[in-house]
Amino acid sequence: MAESLLQLDDLAVHFKVGSTFAGGIHTLKAVDGVTIDVKPGECLGLVGESGCGKSTLALAIMGLIPPTRGHVALDGRDLSERERLETARTVQMVFQDPYASLNPRQTVRRTLADPLRIHGVTDKAEVEARVADMLARVGLRPEHADRYPHEFSGGQRQRIGIARALILKPKLVICDEPVSALDVSIRAQIINLLLELKDELGLAYIMISHDLGVVEHVSDRVAVMYLGRIVEQGGWQEIFEDPRHPYTRALIAAIPDPFQRAAVPARAKAKGEIASALAPPPGCHFHPRCPLKADICVSQDPPLEAIAAGHRAACHFRDRSG
Amino acid sequence: MRKGGLSLWVGGGLVALALAVAIFAPLIALTDPVMGANLMNAEIPPGLEFPFGTDAQGRDIYSRICYGARISLTVGIVSQILNSLIGVTLGLTAGYWGGLWDDLVSGLTNLMLAIPSLIFALAIMAILGPGLVSLLIALGLTSWSYSCRIARAQVLSLKSQGYIQAARILGYGDLRIMFTQVLPNILGPLIVIATLGMGGAILAEAALSFLGLGIRPPFPSWGSMLSEARDQINTAPWLSVFPGLAIFLTVLGLNLLGDGLRDILDPQSTTRRT
Amino acid sequence: MTTDPLLKVDGLRIALSGSKTTYNAVEEVSFDIGRGEAFGLVGESGCGKSITALAVMGLLKRPLSLGGGRIVLDGEEIQDASPAEMRELRGSRIGMIFQEPMTALNPLSPVGRQIAEMFVLHQKAGWSEAMDRAEEALRQVRVPSPERRIKDYPHQLSGGMRQRVMIAIALACSPELLIADEPTTALDVTVQAEIIDLMAELCAAKGTAILMISHDLGLVANMCKRVAVMYAGRIVEAQPAEAIFADPQHPYTQGLVSSLPRLGERSRRGRQRLREISGVVPSIQAYPPGCRFNPRCPRATDVCLSVPPDITPLPADSLVRCHHHG
Repeated sequence: MAESLLQLDDLAVHFKVGSTFAGGIHTLKAVDGVTIDVKPGECLGLVGESGCGKSTLALAIMGLIPPTRGHVALDGRDLSERERLETARTVQMVFQDPYASLNPRQTVRRTLADPLRIHGVTDKAEVEARVADMLARVGLRPEHADRYPHEFSGGQRQRIGIARALILKPKLVICDEPVSALDVSIRAQIINLLLELKDELGLAYIMISHDLGVVEHVSDRVAVMYLGRIVEQGGWQEIFEDPRHPYTRALIAAIPDPFQRAAVPARAKAKGEIASALAPPPGCHFHPRCPLKADICVSQDPPLEAIAAGHRAACHFRDRSG
Repeated sequence: MRKGGLSLWVGGGLVALALAVAIFAPLIALTDPVMGANLMNAEIPPGLEFPFGTDAQGRDIYSRICYGARISLTVGIVSQILNSLIGVTLGLTAGYWGGLWDDLVSGLTNLMLAIPSLIFALAIMAILGPGLVSLLIALGLTSWSYSCRIARAQVLSLKSQGYIQAARILGYGDLRIMFTQVLPNILGPLIVIATLGMGGAILAEAALSFLGLGIRPPFPSWGSMLSEARDQINTAPWLSVFPGLAIFLTVLGLNLLGDGLRDILDPQSTTRRT
Repeated sequence: MTTDPLLKVDGLRIALSGSKTTYNAVEEVSFDIGRGEAFGLVGESGCGKSITALAVMGLLKRPLSLGGGRIVLDGEEIQDASPAEMRELRGSRIGMIFQEPMTALNPLSPVGRQIAEMFVLHQKAGWSEAMDRAEEALRQVRVPSPERRIKDYPHQLSGGMRQRVMIAIALACSPELLIADEPTTALDVTVQAEIIDLMAELCAAKGTAILMISHDLGLVANMCKRVAVMYAGRIVEAQPAEAIFADPQHPYTQGLVSSLPRLGERSRRGRQRLREISGVVPSIQAYPPGCRFNPRCPRATDVCLSVPPDITPLPADSLVRCHHHG
């Protein structure tokens, strides 16, 4: 088994919200005990809806939010022992909104060259060469380097965002909904580009998305999050062909599917709304919406347990398929 | 596309005129503003020889206004630069870092806003004594709260933008983020506030000088000229009318310029030189 | 008379006045919606689908204006109706749902009151009767404990609940037509599925026709009987929903259908490189001459560069606008 590039060990990030005066202080368990690893060159799909904690998880992996509990290790070393700059050279991020994620007052060249200089690449010719190389890799022309973000379309801006994430040659790139803000006819270009770059540069990805079609297409393994916890994880085939957690099945059933091609019947749909992460339901967090709900689900929190090697689900009825 | 339009051009024109008068005062003035006293010419109404008339000491009002522009504009510009430096530094760091520092700065800002800045300046002047330098200090330390508030609010709205996050992830230091990523994107509203603030400072100088705490006679500032003219407002109205007009037009120009700049520096505007 | 469509849009043109010239943001848009029929209008941002809906509701605002064409509701031309007449139509005969319910709801008024207002305004009901009916309407859209929820303000509800309230308002007076503009885009996928089902079910029960507007071809095809695809201000293809996926005729639709990774595809065929549509969506100021899709079209020939294609009618109430369709 290959050495893990990223290892999360019982990671939890809790926030204190509210004030002592107005309604009291509550604990928001944005991420609550996540254990998962990513191997070099692997793509982990991270699926979940709003409030599931996937964005907080991403920030914690990059060291921007300190964990409340547990550990993040990159390349075998805990994040707290690593230099900030060293972490920056290992893990980078591609953002969802290509309009808000580029500084409107900076040319593309500056956006790509400044990080190099900060990381000690001072030789002018080398900076130039690496900027030019990166532009070519993401499918932009050399003359684009001197333009400002507003001169580009959404798809081109996302290419710049990808170039910025890759300029420091990271090993792991967290892609936070990288195509959901783009025009439908542009998305395929960006997905293809991300997959090509992964092969060329040997990158590992964490692909955060709510679009299961995209996740199935790009992922090697998939983790499904609900209210701060992983409820199911496994290889992409296990997740999409034999999902065991009712929430995973509900996600798949929710995709409009004119041909009924997916392996999940419509009756698997979830009821009602996602509970607030401030007051998650007792027992299994998903039970109020679950078609399989039984008494045990209200009283006992199901642990994430193995169904087969590498396929785990946190459900009392994980052995029932379909 | 001509954004800003009329107010930008009229405002810019008035401000440029005031600046030109200040810079070229020795060339365009007819007499020395202080030494040109001649009691033989006292209180002559505006006419061909003295376009704006003369005062009780027989000094040419026009020449004194030309030289007065130097002091009034210096006060306006220098004190506002001081205010902007203080306000933007405090606002930027408070908004970016948040926490205790933010609470402290916000508290101080609210305190400053609660005390009328003119009264505060008056107190400082009373300690430092009259004169140009104390005037600059008094006005430069007392009205930074507006820049501070605007800077802080802008940083807060910008902080969650992807490119600020990206800069942190790329390993940019806090100061570098503040000055290369945040500041260039909030400069627009800050310039507008500074322009409007200059008008305010010129008025404050006039008020302090009027109260006798500003520029000491015989050196002319527009405010001190008004102050000296108040006894003769009935007998020699031109003594107050022309300095008043100079203040009015300059402050009006600065305000119009600020409004015009607000329109072009609007973040929606995509026209930019390359 | 019963074979007449409920809504007939004929040769609709929407003008966008710029500082120097006037552009046609939408042109030659024609479609019919039968009584109780669900009709989908699909396209990317800027294709003109949303302003087409605004035109039907009489809500175009400067710099947009109606440039020509007819909008016929139940045999009556409404394109020249006065603002007051349109206000009366909206709410009583045409209901509307928008993408972001928070902007469409009054933040200072309890949701029950906002539903009840519809009965008071359009059906001259008294307030106490209207409030009872509002509670019933909330129950219909499956808001839990409606007797308490009618007193809630919009900010106290989740996004999905707010959208349910919007549906309750839109369907309060049992309109003949419901216009839904990206009704679930702001919602989570599992919530989206529920809202769509709810909308379809209620409209079927009340016999309300739907004009559904979305960028999501799958979503629209699932819900609607017929689907029209818009590109750069024109309808390029219209087909029954099953056919638009199975047998798209226009190269743009074909590109859309095959460019997105579809669930289950990788299991069946392994990972294939996605088929890209090259280039970008043209801006309204720079629509290319001839067929507007020609710079991105794999089949473009000389005729596409100069001659705008006409509509070609196809069997089964379908049409396509392409020189080389099929």
